[in-house]
Amino acid sequence: MFTYYLNLAVKSIRRNMGLSSLMVLAIALGIGACMTTVTVNYMMSSNPIPHKSDQLFYVQLDNWGPHFPFNDENEPPNQVTWRDANNLMQHRQFKQVAMGTSGAVIESDNRELKPFMAGIRLTYTNFFSMFEPPFLYGGPWPSDADDNMEQVVVLSKKTNQQVFEGENSVGRSLTIGGNRFRVVGVLDDYEPIPRFYDVSTGAFQSPEDVFMPLTLKRPLELSSGGNNNCWKDPDGEGFEGYLMSECINYQFWVELNDIAEQKQYLSFLNAYVEEQKTLGRFPRPLNNRISAIMEWMEIQEVVADDAQIMMWLASLFLLVCLLNTVGLLLSKYATRTSDIALRRAIGATKQAIFSQYITESALIGILGGILGLALALAGIEAVKSMYGDFISEHVGMDLTIVGIAIVLSIVSSVLAGCYPAWKACSVPPATQLRNQ
Amino acid sequence: MSNLEFGPIMRALLRNKVGAILIALQIAVTMTIIVNAVFIIVERKAMMERESGLDEANTFYLTTTGFGKDFESKRVTIEDLALIRNTPGVIDAIQVNAIPMSGSGWSMGLATQPGEEIESVGTANYMVDDHALNTYDAELLAGENFSPEDIRFRERNQSDWPDLAIITQALAKSLFPELGIDEVVGKTIYIGDNEAMIIKGIIDKLQAPWVGWNNLDHVTLTPEMMAFPSMRYLIRTEPGMRDKLMTSLEETLANQYPNRIIRNVETITATRDKSYRQHSAMINILTATMILLTLITALGIIGLASFNVNRRRKQIGTRRALGASKQAIIRYFMVENLIISSFGLILGVGLTIGLNFMLIEWFAVKALDWYYIPTGVVLLFVVGQLAAFGPAFRAAQISPALATRTI
Repeated sequence: MFTYYLNLAVKSIRRNMGLSSLMVLAIALGIGACMTTVTVNYMMSSNPIPHKSDQLFYVQLDNWGPHFPFNDENEPPNQVTWRDANNLMQHRQFKQVAMGTSGAVIESDNRELKPFMAGIRLTYTNFFSMFEPPFLYGGPWPSDADDNMEQVVVLSKKTNQQVFEGENSVGRSLTIGGNRFRVVGVLDDYEPIPRFYDVSTGAFQSPEDVFMPLTLKRPLELSSGGNNNCWKDPDGEGFEGYLMSECINYQFWVELNDIAEQKQYLSFLNAYVEEQKTLGRFPRPLNNRISAIMEWMEIQEVVADDAQIMMWLASLFLLVCLLNTVGLLLSKYATRTSDIALRRAIGATKQAIFSQYITESALIGILGGILGLALALAGIEAVKSMYGDFISEHVGMDLTIVGIAIVLSIVSSVLAGCYPAWKACSVPPATQLRNQ
Repeated sequence: MSNLEFGPIMRALLRNKVGAILIALQIAVTMTIIVNAVFIIVERKAMMERESGLDEANTFYLTTTGFGKDFESKRVTIEDLALIRNTPGVIDAIQVNAIPMSGSGWSMGLATQPGEEIESVGTANYMVDDHALNTYDAELLAGENFSPEDIRFRERNQSDWPDLAIITQALAKSLFPELGIDEVVGKTIYIGDNEAMIIKGIIDKLQAPWVGWNNLDHVTLTPEMMAFPSMRYLIRTEPGMRDKLMTSLEETLANQYPNRIIRNVETITATRDKSYRQHSAMINILTATMILLTLITALGIIGLASFNVNRRRKQIGTRRALGASKQAIIRYFMVENLIISSFGLILGVGLTIGLNFMLIEWFAVKALDWYYIPTGVVLLFVVGQLAAFGPAFRAAQISPALATRTI
């Protein structure tokens, strides 16, 4: 029976090519616009580390000045100071990690290779066990390398390619910012989207070229990258004065397994701040916070407003396209009332008529959906070229998105087809025949 | 009024309510999208047209990063600047910590009184020498430029500020709203709570590095060069010389010292494009959406009108046979469209304002200017009428003889 209806549908679509292609095009445009924007939003709001996203928490402490809050909503500052990062890291009972950024020139021992500028992530070895970036060679540095300020590095795959031509470089050395470093590990491809561990300078960037112990910052006087924010000038002079200032420039994370641990950690933070208050710091009321990854991404507004606005407008666009299709289907089926009436009169049930017309609607919907998917692919390419290398390289369709697109197109076209099909099957047999 | 035949048209519409309602809804949602999209587009365009103050077409910059323990940044800076400034085709050049519109830079709070409890005005800080005004193509409105004796060297971890500053007119207005710019010259301002600086001059225009910042026109120039290993040079060239100099200077500077790399050689034009890329993308996407949407809606109107014409071929023939003119037939369908559009647009005005409220509530979108709404209404009336005209015209061609035939 279904193939029979399908045949009828194909015949009917062919009979009114103009009208049918208009409907297919309308659905395709609606689906295409919707799926392009949904894909962008989906990518921007994706969970970068799904299996641990409930255990990793971003830490905020309110070290801001007495007279003005950090921002109008009195949120705690979005980063921590060098002092707090170091003080908190002393408490080994928690699995924590502090980090910051720097940059320096890398010189290879191979004289033919031109020196180049590298982005550096300064952190602790816990970075690797907490965020689990994949290793190609070697592994994280041992935790005493943090304590002993050892000059060790983990390279990104790209940097290892540049400096060591992709060979296993564990144990070999290179010069970074004029200092010698020993390679302990090389990461495999690692592109978390968003780059959740530090969104202070934008959420859609590649991880750094080099990872090294944060504890090296002081002895090597490494420069400060990223976002630097101070509510008052440093009290002391020089590099040391800046390190000991109230300037925030570091990100801090903790891994907590359950609510009990979260509570325990928060009271630990509060106790820490109370203790600092006795030393004359933290003039504001207690305002410490821990946020799970996805919560933190939301607070940091990782999904751009524009992407959301476009998604809403695209949904409205799809709505217009569907209204359009309903109207056109209604018109089309209405021209066939005599046909339907005849079939009803010779015994076709309402159900049969309904099935026939809903099949036709669904077919139009599927055609529209397929074309829409193709349009969405083109749309994504257009978005990529317009945004340059912004979000770009990583936007793409995965199975989830294709699935959503197909479901969306079928659901919306069947929805659009329901009313016209119902109208068609409720044509009374007798009256129409009489008119003939 | 009676010859517009409102009565019969309304009655005919009520017989095919659903079709008419669908078109009306489509028009309403189309208006909602178009008006809000146009508003966003106009806002973004205005944002993108703000001037940086630079001679944008003829300015570029590059970063020089020295490395190794014995890199003498002071000497290199002085020699580099002398070399660049003496290169034919270069109008002027400075060493600077940040570039307008580039997205990264340095900002401080300024106040007219000392003390950390005083609310300060945010400003971008550019550390420059006495060649800055010429390089920036800035006009001095009051006071004086820095003199060579004013310039100091800032060491890598030095945090204090020079005693002199040149500020933009917009910043002067924000700091001293009641004073004329001539009166602001010589005033003392306090940077970072309590360090005093005297305003030496005021320039017309210069932008901060962050295009999304609400203090974009707040800039403070301080007379200093930086003894940092990594620095930028901003270079203004004679018209047409920029691209040639970009290549030649990059090479000359790179060859000057072995222990440094020259990177990020970029024009201001490219920087502007990059910083506003998100907005120009939004403009393009919204424009495409609007065009497609208008097309779809117009096709929908044509579809429905054609359908109505086809359904009523006999009645139209009869009317023609009874003496109705072609114009009367055309008018009938045009008025029908006008009625449907009116209902749609009444709803559309409500939805447009509703969506605008939602965008204001959730996103950084401003309230719609009132005149967008009547403009949108008129525009969609025109689209509707244009779309309806084709089918109406075809209806008018139906022969009166049709009335006499059965099927």
